[in-house]
Amino acid sequence: MLENISLSFRGIWSHKLRSILTMLGIIIGIAAIIAIVSTIQGTNEQIKQNLVGSGTNTVTVTLYKDGWNYEFDYEGRTDLPPLSEDLKAKISEIEVVQSASFIHSRDYAGVLCKGKELAGSSLYGVDGSYFDTAGYQIVRGRGFSRRELSARPGRVCILDRSACSAAFGGEDPIGGTVEVNGIPFTVIGVVKESSTFEPTINSMSDYNTYSGNKNSKVFVPVSAWPLLYGYDEPETVIVRANTTDDMTEAGRRTANLINDTLGLKTDDSSALHYQSEDLLSQAADLQQLAASTNIMLIAIASISLLVGGIGVMNIMLVSVTERTREIGLKKALGARRRQILMQFLTEAVVLSLLGGVLGVLVGIGLSAIISSVAQIPVAFSVPAVLIALGFSMLVGIVFGLLPSVKASKLDPIEALRYE
Amino acid sequence: MGQELIKLSHINKSYGDGKFSVPVLHDVSLSIEEGEYLAIMGPSGSGKSTLMNMIGCLDRPDSGEYTLAGENVFSLDDNGLSRLRNRTIGFVFQNFNLLPRETVLENVALPLLYAGVARAERLERAREVLEGVGLSDRVEFYPTQLSGGQKQRVAIARAMVNRPRVLLADEPTGALDSASGRQVMEIFQRLNDVGVTIVMITHAQEIADRARRTIHIFDGEVRE
Repeated sequence: MLENISLSFRGIWSHKLRSILTMLGIIIGIAAIIAIVSTIQGTNEQIKQNLVGSGTNTVTVTLYKDGWNYEFDYEGRTDLPPLSEDLKAKISEIEVVQSASFIHSRDYAGVLCKGKELAGSSLYGVDGSYFDTAGYQIVRGRGFSRRELSARPGRVCILDRSACSAAFGGEDPIGGTVEVNGIPFTVIGVVKESSTFEPTINSMSDYNTYSGNKNSKVFVPVSAWPLLYGYDEPETVIVRANTTDDMTEAGRRTANLINDTLGLKTDDSSALHYQSEDLLSQAADLQQLAASTNIMLIAIASISLLVGGIGVMNIMLVSVTERTREIGLKKALGARRRQILMQFLTEAVVLSLLGGVLGVLVGIGLSAIISSVAQIPVAFSVPAVLIALGFSMLVGIVFGLLPSVKASKLDPIEALRYE
Repeated sequence: MGQELIKLSHINKSYGDGKFSVPVLHDVSLSIEEGEYLAIMGPSGSGKSTLMNMIGCLDRPDSGEYTLAGENVFSLDDNGLSRLRNRTIGFVFQNFNLLPRETVLENVALPLLYAGVARAERLERAREVLEGVGLSDRVEFYPTQLSGGQKQRVAIARAMVNRPRVLLADEPTGALDSASGRQVMEIFQRLNDVGVTIVMITHAQEIADRARRTIHIFDGEVRE
């Protein structure tokens, strides 16, 4: 076998131009497939990142009614009690969940600073595990103490960086005061998101998906919520999944657990119930769309592989004819049919596999060019490369078989006499 | 002289079919003993090449029997014939038939590949036989870099590398100048001296004279 492979390389090398031209069909086919697959992969990764967000793998599980988020400030209070610490512990025990945290939130909360309203600011009531779960880190001052989070909450708050610069500009915010619903809160710290995330916005719907990220955020202890709004309400749950792929599962199981515990009906969408905001499945839908449009392109590229295969067959037939004497001699020296067949089959496979390898290299280069010209991210796919190489090998076997069988069946006398 | 190595009996062979069939061998019977040095002479078209192919297990007759080294040749299948050729017969051709892209050493080692010998041993044995024909200093050369006489010596080395019982030579000196031809004949003589059976086709009388026995073939019939 090794003998055959080295023989093939010598044969291919001694006809360099011819071999390259023969391989061209396969090179083009494989390169096109690799470039297309890489582009699809890249687009998919982009969709996933954009939708799923900062890479903290957090899923929001919140109250839904009639297919929409339940908004307390418009729709008023519910009969539901706040969620218990016991439930939080149970959620944290789900295998795919790393940590869980309960929060309240209000968009456009009307936070005042020095008598001026912070435009577009959201207010969050958070528990002790929130900053870890949602992926924030404290950059100035400190976090909430246990006492400030207790049933007698401290009137303290933490700002994110955009709220901080809107309220205090360049001044030191620590010790400053912001006012919510007439109640003053002392600023004790500033946080930022631990992984910075710049979404790629290509359309209006992208903008709507990400615009929430740009709001200024003000965090107060969750126990201060009744103080601000006069009554308790059930919280929104933030869970951090172990991995990005676990996010759907973590969200679904958390929602089920809460609904079961509270006895909420999930079969009727008009009833109030908890549901996870499943960004991953939305991403999957978009990815599906991108992939199906590209399957056509792959089919077209495969035609080039077919043409390449016919080229290999053609040149192998020429090669068998050219080497008729060699075949006759080898038979006279004791070569069996099988050995002659294997020699030519190996040459066909080596030829097309070499074409496949060159095709992969060209394809990677092509992907890089597409990526820089069209501003599309490109992800290099190892399985795609392996499949492409396997496929080019298959082309070699299929199209090399006929010439090889022809070679093995040559009559040695005729072959030796051949000029 | 020893045992009977080659025994052809009542071989008939014709080419073409029906009305246009041309008889090439007609009731040929021939017996060659182990260790003989035989020349087959005949004009072109006499059927000597067909007889040669028959002895070399490359061709099958229309009728007749052939026993080579105790094996009934015409009962063997294609693989069996390949194996028999590989072990029993060494071929030397008029135009050498060396593989131009392989080195001298690789050319000589080729029959051992088909005999299933490991690579290191193949090359070792090829080196030995090349030494025997005086070409130790040419092992890494390519055939195109050699003279005709050297090429034929490489071909003889290749024929002998698997220690066959018969050396079958078809006009071995036909493409050589007389000095190179003499060298080749000397090698044949040496091989015959150590017991190798030699069967040689030629139409040159002075070459046939080297053999110990000569048969003539005319119009497909053998005469001693």
